[in-house]
Formats: sequence, C-alpha cells, structure tokens
Amino acid sequence: MNETERAVADAHRHEWAFVLAATARVTGDFDLAEECVQDAYIAALDAWARDGVPRKPGAWLTQTARRKALDLLRRDKVFRAKMPLLVEPDPGGADVNLTDPDDIPDEIPDDRLRLVFTCCHPALAREAQVALTLRLVCGVTTPDIARAFLVSEPTMAARITRAKKKITAARIPYRVPVAADLPERLDAVLSVIHLLYTTGHTAPSGAGLVRTDLVDRAVALTRMLLALMPDEPEVRGLLALLLLTDARRASRTDARGRLVVLEDQDRSLWDRRAIAEGRDLAVAAFRTGRAGRYALQAAIASLHAVADSPATTDWRQIVALYGLLLKIWPSPVVALNRAVAVAMVDGPAAALEEVDLLATDERLAGYHYLPAVRADLLRRLKRHEEAAGAYRAAIALADNEAERKFLESRLAEVVDSP
Amino acid sequence: MPQYAVIIHSPAPADPMDLTPDYLALLEGYGAKVAELGGTIVTGFALEPSTTATSIRGDVVTDGPFTEAKEVVAGFFVLEAPDLDVALAIAKLNPATIDGGVEVRPLFTPPAG
Repeated sequence: MNETERAVADAHRHEWAFVLAATARVTGDFDLAEECVQDAYIAALDAWARDGVPRKPGAWLTQTARRKALDLLRRDKVFRAKMPLLVEPDPGGADVNLTDPDDIPDEIPDDRLRLVFTCCHPALAREAQVALTLRLVCGVTTPDIARAFLVSEPTMAARITRAKKKITAARIPYRVPVAADLPERLDAVLSVIHLLYTTGHTAPSGAGLVRTDLVDRAVALTRMLLALMPDEPEVRGLLALLLLTDARRASRTDARGRLVVLEDQDRSLWDRRAIAEGRDLAVAAFRTGRAGRYALQAAIASLHAVADSPATTDWRQIVALYGLLLKIWPSPVVALNRAVAVAMVDGPAAALEEVDLLATDERLAGYHYLPAVRADLLRRLKRHEEAAGAYRAAIALADNEAERKFLESRLAEVVDSP
Repeated sequence: MPQYAVIIHSPAPADPMDLTPDYLALLEGYGAKVAELGGTIVTGFALEPSTTATSIRGDVVTDGPFTEAKEVVAGFFVLEAPDLDVALAIAKLNPATIDGGVEVRPLFTPPAG
C-alpha cells in the first residue's frame, strides 16, 4: 500500500460517516449518497496522488461527493423528485442551494448523529438497524457484514435494501430526535452498538471466540458517539463497558483457542491502558448521578478489572451493583449474573437457591449460561452427578465452539471425580 | 405531504356497535389530538363486524375474514403527516391500541417521470 492508498484507507475508516451523512442531506436518498461517496473515494486515489493529501480529507471528500450528487440530480429529474425525502428543513439552518454547486457552504454541517439515529430508528427491525449502521455509518461492505453475521451475501443485501426502501417509502425522518424522545431513541442506538460488540466478543457460533473487526467497529462507533454527545452518561458508560470488557480479550482463550473463565485468566495479559480509560469513564458517568445500565455494568467490570485475583475482588460491592442494575433493568440474565457474585460472597449453596428459582423463568429457557452456572455451583458443592447433568444441558444449548469445548472439559472433570 | 393508511385491528368480531362509552369518548377527542400533533385525517371508515365478511382465495369463497386471527381489521383511515415519527405518534394515541392495535403503512405513490 503506498502513501496515498494508506491516506484514502484511513479516511475511509475515520471520515466515512461524516462524508455520507453530509452527502445524504444533499441527495435525500441513501443509495445515491453511497454511490457518490464511493466515487469520491475512488477520485481521491488519483487526486491525492497527484496533488497531495488535502489538509482536511473529510471536507475534500464531502465536497467531491456532494458535487457528484448535484451533477447527477441535475441530469436526472427522477432523483430530483425524491430530493425532499430526507431533507429536514432546519429552522434557521442554512440548507444547501441545490441549483448551484458553488453555493455549498465551506462549513459542512456534521450530520453524523442524524445518520446514526436514522439507521437505528425503532420502526426498523433490530437486525436491520445493525446492518444499516455497519453499512452506512461504518462504511463496511455488504459481503463483510454478511460474513460477520454468518448469513449469505444475498440475504444481507436484501436486508439492507429492504431497510433503505422502508426509510424512503415510510419517510423515516433524517434528524436527531427531539429531547422528549431522546432517552428512548438513544437507548436503541446503544443497544445496536452493544449487540455489535457482543456479536464480535462472543461470536454466537463458529470456531473463534472473538471477531475483532466487529469489536473494534463497536468501540470506534461509541467513541464517535461520545464525541458527538459528550453529556450523555450512558454513552460514556457504554464506552467504559466495552473498553473494560475488551481489555481482557487476550486472556479469554488459551493458545489453542479454548475458553478461559474469568477466575482462571492470566491477569498480566489484561490491557492496563484500556482498563484505566474505562475506569475513568465509568467514574465520570457515575458522577453525573444519572448512571444507567451501561454505567452500572461498567462499574462492575471495573471492579473485576482492578482486582489482582478472584479472591481479592470486591464481590460485596459487585453484588450491590447488580442489585442496583436489577432495579432499573429487571432482566433474569442480570439476576443470573448477580447469583454468580452471590456465590463468591455467601457460597455456592446460597447462589444455587437463587439459580434454581431463575430456572423457572421462561425467558431463560434455552439460555445456555443458566445450566452452565448451575453446573459450576453443583461442581463446587461436589454434587458431581447433578453437575454432570447440568453440564450436558449447557453443552446441548451452547453454539460457540470454544464455549462448548470448555464445558466438555468441565464435564469430563466431574465425571472422573469420585 | 406523505399519506399513511392507519389500519385498525380489534378483537374479533370488531362490531362498532359494541364499542364502549369510554372508547367512544376517546374517539371523540382523537381529531383534536391529530391536529395538535401536525396531522390531518383525510378520510376514514369503520367496518361492519368481521362476521359479515366474505373472503375469496383462488376460486374458493368462504364466510368470514381473510385471515383467521384473534384480531380482525375493524376499519382504517388515511392520515396525512410530515413524516413517520409524527404518523406513529398519532397512531399511538388511537384508542384501538388499548385492546387491539394499528398498522401504519405508507400509501403508494407511483414514481414520477
């Protein structure tokens, strides 16, 4: 890769969302905007090799893409008819004069938030939100998105096309939601990013445990969101959570790709810089007094991250934080995690009681962590036969190869025990 | 301005004569709320109960609604609203959402040119 290609690749990673968001405002149509932005990146390869890399690559790319869009729009009346679709007339905001490309203002409005909120609109199915966010906000190609979610390329292409068509036909507005709707809408955006992260962090099926590209995209996306919404504690909380969880990446599998559980992980492999940053972010999110579910989870993760060993972990504090989390997010999965922490404070017998209560919750049916946690508690109570049964149930439900291997090795241990 | 069909689904047989006084009171005030949120109802109809419906699939004629379900189409109206957010905000306030639900669907406009 030569210097120009590197600069273009770099701009693709860092400027794509900005360029596309600004171009979509002119085209009023995502397909046309994407086409023009692709063209602008191709044009950059030649122009930057010839004239050098511009001082503001994002602005250069945006101007180029918007000029291409205006040329096309002038030539094609059909597109012209579509134009008002996405454009939100800004009261007091200077909208582009579409008849004259020279009227494009030098100050390009930052429309990335509009783009994010439109991709994560609640009228779109969650899987469509995720695919659109990767495609439009991150600029990931459709084949790559298909690979990341283990679906065929035509399936993913159809999913993205359908979602874009719905945005246009149903007039999903291209704007940042009003203050009254913001908490709910932001929560949807954070859920999409978190889903992206967890899909990468524990690849739900397949051989490897982590899909690094998805994890990195999720972290980059959260950083972008935090830069755009610095006053939202939950955005800070999510970034903290992702950094703190990802800091343990190197220790989560051994040299042969097998899963290593938290208590057995080599803590010297943890990324101290990510932990420090995550911890600071979690503390800052807490200081606002508006800590939500992400900030609380980050606080729990940071207690794990700063401890030298399971024995020196502040489990009491962790149980208390899970209690707070359960209050704002009454999910049986949270309750299950709390039970794991209870085992460390009050012993496996106390935890088993809570887990057995949760086993009756229909929402956890088919969730392999439930029998896995039960199995581990029974193993610690030396009830080997029951533990073996629970391990078998967990193995039957686990899709991830690394996780299944781990459960199988534990099963072999309890079967061999007297 | 875009137009949407708001299709009302109510528990079968969705007889308009069985609507409760509470429901009717909510319906009474609905028009004002629609206007307040920036929409206009272009036209709307309530339907006779689904027991009066006749369905035809292929060449088979059957007594009753097209899909057998707990809820049936009870009526629809055409709503003009600036965008989907406004249309959904208006649809959410419809009393049908209390024990049934509504589907909001853009009207098709053939492409220009």
